[in-house]
Amino acid sequence: MTYELIEPARRSHPKWLRRVANGQRRRNVLGKIAADYGLLFAFFALWQIASGAGWLNPSVFPPLDRVAATLWTGIASGALLDDIAISLQRAGIAFLAAVGLGIPLGLFMGQIRAIERALDPILQLFRQTSALALYPVFILLLGLGEASKVFVIFWATLFPILLATIGGVKEVDTKLVEMARSFGASRRTIFRRVILPASVPPIFVGLRLSATTALLLLIAAEMIGANKGVGFQVMNAQYNFQIPLMFAAIFLLAFLGLAANSVLMLLQRRLCRWSA
Amino acid sequence: MTITRFSARGEVIIRDLSKSFQIDGDKLTVLKNVNLDISAGESLAIVGASGSGKTTLLRVLAGLEEPDSGGVLIDGTPVHGLGKERAVIFQEPRLLPWLTVLGNVAFGLEVQGVSRREAEDRARHYIRLVGLTAFEAAWPRQLSGGMAQRVGIARALTIQPEILLLDEPLGALDAMTKLTMHEELTRIWTEERVTMVLVTHDLEEAIFLADRVLILPKEKSASPRVIEIDLPRPRDRSEARFVRFRQQLMAEFGLH
Repeated sequence: MTYELIEPARRSHPKWLRRVANGQRRRNVLGKIAADYGLLFAFFALWQIASGAGWLNPSVFPPLDRVAATLWTGIASGALLDDIAISLQRAGIAFLAAVGLGIPLGLFMGQIRAIERALDPILQLFRQTSALALYPVFILLLGLGEASKVFVIFWATLFPILLATIGGVKEVDTKLVEMARSFGASRRTIFRRVILPASVPPIFVGLRLSATTALLLLIAAEMIGANKGVGFQVMNAQYNFQIPLMFAAIFLLAFLGLAANSVLMLLQRRLCRWSA
Repeated sequence: MTITRFSARGEVIIRDLSKSFQIDGDKLTVLKNVNLDISAGESLAIVGASGSGKTTLLRVLAGLEEPDSGGVLIDGTPVHGLGKERAVIFQEPRLLPWLTVLGNVAFGLEVQGVSRREAEDRARHYIRLVGLTAFEAAWPRQLSGGMAQRVGIARALTIQPEILLLDEPLGALDAMTKLTMHEELTRIWTEERVTMVLVTHDLEEAIFLADRVLILPKEKSASPRVIEIDLPRPRDRSEARFVRFRQQLMAEFGLH
């Protein structure tokens, strides 16, 4: 929608000027890629060369092409796909459950001062208690199966979402609320049309933090007590001295994290076109 | 779309209005036995030193604050709380950042239960009135301060209130924009025939816009003074009588 303000002027430029502008833009894009990712490429290149030339012990740091080849065979043969599937399932269920509970509860708690105040100390205590420290407790309660793994991830992801939502609701500009009230908006309308949209950006901060936490806890849980999953593969490959496979699994985890983050960023940009 | 206003409504009668606040256990009296009649279609400015209660008076008129005693009659009916016949324009534009200009202007009508289509149709009329038609699809963050305040004005006008309550609406704007907005408010008030109650600390603004200027004293036992500004519109700030009114008002505040 906002483009309409800018586009007509650009359209009226003569063709040659636009071509110049396009060329310039292409060069800018290349420059931007170099600026953003240049150092990353350099790091990978250095790794590859150092490992190939023997500056690094290739049995600990195998050349990246071998890691890539292992990753590719693992995916193509389907061996790693099973691990990805089970890992995504664990993190996904836990994350969705945390979203499903954390956002509604946070919206509710943020609006009622008494409840928020009563629950805040216990929330702070739970938040500060490392979920990993509680994992043995969850194993005792829920066994070594899927339930304890999902629950420990759920536990760790719930608090960032819950606290971000509460914070978002509490921080809503009271002047906007008063403005809506001055037009005769009901409490329900104010919630739906002022508090809820104003809370979306802070909620997304919580969601992205939680997604990162979910993967962190996933790996820890899978390393401790699993026989499947990407986190298990990292540990297992190391035990069996399949170092390329170990790195392949590590990269896979990094990709999963990046993918989760960009999905959330994309969603946020769609929902918050008004900011930025 | 043409919008017709039928009768000159929007008469306000304030009787024995008192309001105090509890601050750290102390009672702070802000308004004491205020009596005031505002006729339908009048433009009244309220000036006063800070602490004189001018904003509180406006907020009571809006229904955002309940008086301790006394009351307000609008067109002969006692009012309690908020009402559709009144609209407030705040010092800050208070636009919802996630709505476009059109969405913001239609917002007031929409929360009053008017369908989005109808609300937006009517909103477009008032967006044109404040000269922002080209910016209907813009987000608030893309607007200048003056433009944003005009959106706030259009939003208030869209509900077609009988009484427009303005709480230092131009206080945050730069001097040049302020002068333009004075002209614009005069034009809007002339076209819409609404009762306008304007709280301001800008004496020139009060003289430029108001039929009468009410001076709220800081001393609660003193009674408010009213100065009638019987100048033809549009007004000329450099005209001798305008200047005299300014001197008179300044003298009220002990200034020269």
